[in-house]
Amino acid sequence: MGSAARVTALVKKEFRQIARDRLSLGLLLLVPLFLLVLFGYAISLDVKHVRLGIYDGDRSTESRTYLRSFTRTEYFDLAAVLAAPAEVDREISHERIQAALIVPPGFSEDIRRGARAEVQVIVDGSNGTTAAAILGYINGITADYAERLSTGGLHGMVRLSARTAHPAGETGSGPVEARSRVWYNPELRSTLFLIPGLVVFILLITTVIATSMSVARERERGTMEQLSVSPVGPFELVVGKTIPYTVISFVITLGVLLGSRLLFGVLIKGSLLFLFGASLLYLLGGLGLGLLISTVAGSQQVAFLISVIATLLPAFILSGFVFPIRNMPQIIQAITYLLPARYYLTVLRGIMLKGVGIAVLWKEMIFLAAFAGLTLLGSMARLRRWL
Amino acid sequence: MIRMVKSRIVNLIRKEFQQLRRDRRLLAIALISPVLQLVLLGYAANMDVERTPTVVLDQDRSEYSRLLLSRMFSGEQFVPAGYVENDEQVGEALDEGSASVGIIIPHGFARDIRSGDHAEVQILLDGTDSTAAMVGQSYAEMIVKRFSAEIAAGGAVGAIAGGLVSPVARVWYNPALESRNFIVPGVLALLMMVMTTLLTSLAIVKEREVGTLEQLIVTPLRSFEIMLGKIIPFALIGMVDVCLVVFVVTVVFGIPVQGSVPLLFGLAGIFLLTTLGLGMLISTISHTQQQAMITAVFFVMLPMIFLSGFVFPIENMPPPIQYLTYILPLRYFFVIIRGLFLKGVGLSHLWDEAVILLVFGLVIFLVSALRFRGRLE
Repeated sequence: MGSAARVTALVKKEFRQIARDRLSLGLLLLVPLFLLVLFGYAISLDVKHVRLGIYDGDRSTESRTYLRSFTRTEYFDLAAVLAAPAEVDREISHERIQAALIVPPGFSEDIRRGARAEVQVIVDGSNGTTAAAILGYINGITADYAERLSTGGLHGMVRLSARTAHPAGETGSGPVEARSRVWYNPELRSTLFLIPGLVVFILLITTVIATSMSVARERERGTMEQLSVSPVGPFELVVGKTIPYTVISFVITLGVLLGSRLLFGVLIKGSLLFLFGASLLYLLGGLGLGLLISTVAGSQQVAFLISVIATLLPAFILSGFVFPIRNMPQIIQAITYLLPARYYLTVLRGIMLKGVGIAVLWKEMIFLAAFAGLTLLGSMARLRRWL
Repeated sequence: MIRMVKSRIVNLIRKEFQQLRRDRRLLAIALISPVLQLVLLGYAANMDVERTPTVVLDQDRSEYSRLLLSRMFSGEQFVPAGYVENDEQVGEALDEGSASVGIIIPHGFARDIRSGDHAEVQILLDGTDSTAAMVGQSYAEMIVKRFSAEIAAGGAVGAIAGGLVSPVARVWYNPALESRNFIVPGVLALLMMVMTTLLTSLAIVKEREVGTLEQLIVTPLRSFEIMLGKIIPFALIGMVDVCLVVFVVTVVFGIPVQGSVPLLFGLAGIFLLTTLGLGMLISTISHTQQQAMITAVFFVMLPMIFLSGFVFPIENMPPPIQYLTYILPLRYFFVIIRGLFLKGVGLSHLWDEAVILLVFGLVIFLVSALRFRGRLE
């Protein structure tokens, strides 16, 4: 019996085993897609419809115009008109408002005198990112208002609402104008940013789960001894275990990519062939990692622990999914270079959003290939000790 | 009789601990990995939009263009990531990701300002990370507007900064706006959930797969005794984990508990009740360890990570999914842990979350005990 025949036999055996645990197979095939849909609709980082409380101590045309320029945007919803500045405390601690604007008496007088008028802004900072975005909006709208005052006349109201409808575009009518243009994701939908991350995350978890228990299970059940007395070598065993799961996880990948295209409108701007190639390398890396964990762990329980700890939170937090890698301390940035998720995410965002190809992404491809090769070879080396 | 029950449970707990000691790796992982993960992930989890790498194309090279650039780079917001010669190079920098913002000051910028025409600055933003792009855009536009107001007001280079109306901002609870203060307590809660669910979800199904469950069944032990014997060791490990991670958050990250520390531990205990119970439930309904793993990861851990408000605000979710979040214990525990770490509120603010968690915990325990008994008979 040749090596090819032995591998074929192993693949058949593995498929049969997978088919016997129908529930696991069904879960493995359907749940990733289900989670993509659920999370894809659920997660968003857009800061819009901020609950704003206002206190107008001036009650002038100026103060009303100023405050109205907030509530007519989609960024702010008027949640409370406060009777006194002291009410801010209660409203924020009960989370009825996220930010408050207090226009003090004398606001319009200061403006007419040409002095600097001040407004007070209070923001709930619990979520620093949201608070920074809210402060950014408030600063922007206030700067807009100030600029309209300084360039004379308040006929700029119409332009303001146009600005919020198209965040990218022309602003200002002073001596210097900023003309900003947003590339790759002009509507600034956080979905386009998050969906590739979700795909990366779900595929890693699925592939590692698929193989991480496979060798540990054979050992726990005692079937490893049977394999070790057979002429099967570590290479054949790894190939035999990898092929069925590669097929399964590639089907999952197709489903997930199709789902993000049809449901979330994430177009694939780059080459489809390149996308499949990169995905295949990434899947092999995930399966290899699972196998390696399985050969290192003595029991299924330890395999489960290691694989969840090694993939779940690291792939969420260290891959650049939501937390930008350039914000991390140097040491942790160095650790992220070891994660295949980081590279696959760069590739996916590159292909899906930017439409760039192998000319830009070749380094990532080399790493993905190296990771897959190392984990698969590592598990062969570990298996040699058992066989 | 009560003494007998007690001694039986104690024996069972002793047996579990012996098993744990034999599998040293399990215990080591359960105790060391939460601390390691918290340190690693706590430092990594930072969503602050600052020090954005910015590529500059200054075609004007005038006094005015240099002044605008110095205004641009005087804050924490933007850092120069290179000065280039033409438009294509700006595009390349954005494509490669070596810069996320491009500033183009065209020829004639200073001339237009002097002649009173509209001078234009172009700002290109990489919208891939929409939040960063949005914050970056509003900062860049604000800086340009201030620059514009500066010139309109004084005309002279170096005049006062700031427009006629200036907001004085005050931020509550997290004055430095560090996302870390919001995220790190969240990572703590996630780790507690992951570790305890991990440990218990294989507890019973493992004995079933290996075949030792039958041996337990033929002993005089009753089903709830077996369950308690299984859970108590993991609950102890879980509480040790809580102490370790709270220590790391307060000492390593310097995020103090603003509220009461005993209350924190008490409510953490109630939260552990729900996660240990969920793990147990998974273990009683699964046939194989692999099924238990898939169920624990896909149906418990992932929804808790994504839907509890860890980083993705619940109020952004569509209403049907918002309703779904009410069945996630972690949702309530996040309110508790952020209330205690950031806001310093007491039980008067948190009692409803505490009651809901307690009810969840008891119901989950009851259901898994019933399932388990059904399985045994």
